Amino acid sequence: MASGMLSLTCPSSSSLSLPHHFKGGAAAAGKPKLLNQASVFGKRFVNTESFTRTTMAVALNVSRFESITMAPPDPILGVSEAFRADTNEMKLNLGVGAYRTEDLQPYVLNVVKKAEKLMLERGENKEYLPIEGLASFNKVTAELLLGANNPLILEQRVATVQGLSGTGSLRLAAALIERYFPGAKVLISSPSWGNHKNIFNDARVPWSEYRYYDPSTVGLDFDGMIADIKAAPEGSFVLLHGCAHNPTGIDPTPEQWEIIADVIQEKNHIPFFDVAYQGFASGSLDVDASSVRLFAARGLELLVAQSYSKNLGLYAERIGAINIVCSSADAATRVKSQIKRLARPMYSNPPVHGARIVANVVGDPELFNEWKEEMEVMAGRIKSVRQKLYDSLRAKDKSGKDWSFILRQIGMFSFTGLNKAQSDNMTNKWHVYMTKDGRISLAGLSSAKCEYLADAIFDSYHNVS
Amino acid sequence: MNADQLLNNSSSSSSTDRRLRILAKHLQSTSSSAMESNTVVSASPTSAAGGSVFAHIVQAPEDPILGVTVAYNKDPSPVKLNLGVGAYRTEEGKPLVLNVVRQAEQLLVNDSSRVKEYLPIVGLADFNKLSAKLILGPDSPAVQDNRVTTVQCLSGTGSLRVGAEFLARHYHERTIYIPVPTWGNHPKVFTLAGLSVKSYRYYDPTTRGLNFQGLLEDLQSAPSGAIVLLHACAHNPTGVDPTPQQWEQIRQLMRSKALLPFFDSAYQGFASGSLDADAQSVRMFVADGGECLVAQSYAKNMGLYGERVGALSIVCRAADVAGRVESQLKLVIRPMYSNPPIHGASIVATILKDRNMFHEWTLELKAMADRIISMRQQLFDALRARGTPGDWSHIIKQIGMFTFTGLNSEQVAFMRKEYHIYMTSDGRISMAGLSSRTVPHLTDAIHAAVTKVA
Repeated sequence: MASGMLSLTCPSSSSLSLPHHFKGGAAAAGKPKLLNQASVFGKRFVNTESFTRTTMAVALNVSRFESITMAPPDPILGVSEAFRADTNEMKLNLGVGAYRTEDLQPYVLNVVKKAEKLMLERGENKEYLPIEGLASFNKVTAELLLGANNPLILEQRVATVQGLSGTGSLRLAAALIERYFPGAKVLISSPSWGNHKNIFNDARVPWSEYRYYDPSTVGLDFDGMIADIKAAPEGSFVLLHGCAHNPTGIDPTPEQWEIIADVIQEKNHIPFFDVAYQGFASGSLDVDASSVRLFAARGLELLVAQSYSKNLGLYAERIGAINIVCSSADAATRVKSQIKRLARPMYSNPPVHGARIVANVVGDPELFNEWKEEMEVMAGRIKSVRQKLYDSLRAKDKSGKDWSFILRQIGMFSFTGLNKAQSDNMTNKWHVYMTKDGRISLAGLSSAKCEYLADAIFDSYHNVS
Repeated sequence: MNADQLLNNSSSSSSTDRRLRILAKHLQSTSSSAMESNTVVSASPTSAAGGSVFAHIVQAPEDPILGVTVAYNKDPSPVKLNLGVGAYRTEEGKPLVLNVVRQAEQLLVNDSSRVKEYLPIVGLADFNKLSAKLILGPDSPAVQDNRVTTVQCLSGTGSLRVGAEFLARHYHERTIYIPVPTWGNHPKVFTLAGLSVKSYRYYDPTTRGLNFQGLLEDLQSAPSGAIVLLHACAHNPTGVDPTPQQWEQIRQLMRSKALLPFFDSAYQGFASGSLDADAQSVRMFVADGGECLVAQSYAKNMGLYGERVGALSIVCRAADVAGRVESQLKLVIRPMYSNPPIHGASIVATILKDRNMFHEWTLELKAMADRIISMRQQLFDALRARGTPGDWSHIIKQIGMFTFTGLNSEQVAFMRKEYHIYMTSDGRISMAGLSSRTVPHLTDAIHAAVTKVA
């Protein structure tokens, strides 16, 4: 990607003593003019003919980054930025998937506070973790995912490396795919979390999409999904959301999962799970892990990225893991060693704080039980606002439109089926902030605001096309 | 190999072969169905009974630096000494968490109003501002003119990686010049970021000092606009820094060739004991109004190793450029880890913004730096007293956490085997891992290595 560089040619003679020209360079008279010139001429400003000293000084005063354009705001995280800038008192942030209490406040789990106090009392040191992360964290995270007595763990066939939450763990896996499975494609659901494509693009891993969301039913296009997975080149990586599909909230049924596993097995594809909501979707850690466990039980090798952002509310601590289930302990050892080689030039070793919190909570039976209760409360609140939103819409909308998908969808998000224009109306007219794909985060909805939201959705759906 | 041979060659382990095998399967299955039924009957590579899709992945060697600690941990000897990784140790040989860090953590954990919401992609705003101020100086015109964009990253490594990825995408010269030698991880970071790595002469083994002439020559012959990695102070692994006069010459040369400086500042305050003195090289470049990148780490100077706290600053010619650069940095960060971890950055911000805590930090920092300087003196004195052959004055001339002993890899291996002393194979020892109690053992080992091993 070439940037249009302004050529800073200058004589190699040491007679050009720069310090004199550029003492307090910012205050040089005429500087505003230079910038205008630079922006007017942009990439074409390479004036090699009239090579006067002034021209040179002008050229040298221009930034070497001058031609860099302003990048657009992140479509998801940018929503919160826009929300913050809005001064309207009715505004509602249903953009990013961060849990809010009924009072629309951020929530730090009690078990997390307890764990942090314990850690402070113990006065642990802050030495570098090994590249693969905190050993006690890696142990409990694999057990949480697969079940503590899973033979795969007992046989040491799972390579677990602590990663920077879900994103970082996906990125490590992507880097592994790029290096060791060159040309292999990742199949991504249509739609999927917006950042998935960015991760694979930056990691230089090719991807294609499989059908997933059916707008006509606001449900799963199962036949399309199966057909597209079948049609993909053998040995592709199939990116699957373990539970609570983001952005649609639409998950396959257990029976459908079996068929998906059949097809993947048949095509020698490699299942690649993104598990960002274990425990958060249904309220049960085991239920939410059943898709992953189903595949693992078949003896398939698979990749699983985990995140503790939502289920332990550890968003900003960046704690997650990449797990590679291999057919042998030897393979797991080798794979782990190569993931380390990818992490070292990225950030050397992962942050300790969030890992210790997880290890303390999951590793202590009392805290673990308390965590499960808090998780049920969070998942329960989301289910109840789903119900309330649905009830409000039913009461308002006598057109016969079926809003029951809101109840069938699971997890933090609801795919409303609103198109971009309708989503824009939600924001511009109603100050409801959501992503342009029609996704709303129910975690940001209070029961007090359900009525208002129903009004906004009703208006946008029926009055805007 | 034809398609049949490839399909049957299940012992092949290279990824190319695996890919060819997969292609071969495609070719086979487009032929007659009779052939299909013969070739599709193979155990799923992903089944437990069959092979593995990871069969071609070989065991990687341990990281050369971090692997030293791995080996050290395995050693059962009671006299073992870890002089590998650069993590500070007290006189008692224990890791140290600074008092001021503990205080800051107490404040943070006990503040019930604090939440764990995602930081912005660029990190904690306070932390970013304070970090820029720390390295560039409180009165930096570049900061006052809003010409600096600072983004929180994962310690020094993360800052270097994000900066390098940015340059690989947006800068016209994709070559970075690194000194010989340099921190072992530097070339890997830059290569994976998409830059091509060249080198400039730096260390002179005959003087155990700076090869200044070689440095100037190599930078002179670099293409205009090339990126140049500079260690802001306490060069790792050699401990050899340019003098202020030499820095000025380097600056002039680089500006005359429009070479882009990329500073790695991992030891501010840790090298000399003074935060300002250790930032002079960076500030000298910024003062001339030119552009540069600076990667900062708080791993050593605040002892926050495992928290992964650092910052990347890009000093630009104009404020609007800085704004656009920042927006592009976000596009690098988001697909890598979305946003940075909050804990360490909050500790740093808490300390930097409180006058008393800041002052206390400078005292603790000086104490660490002073202990290291005294270890240098003790080791030098001990080797002299022992009559160990050679000139060991470089031990007290070099600066920072590390000493480039001049020992070769055979001598290093000898010291590991016979004396259970662990260091990187380039002969670099971390003075931070030494104490008055262990100096004699190290002296014995060096003496033996130098006299017995070539």
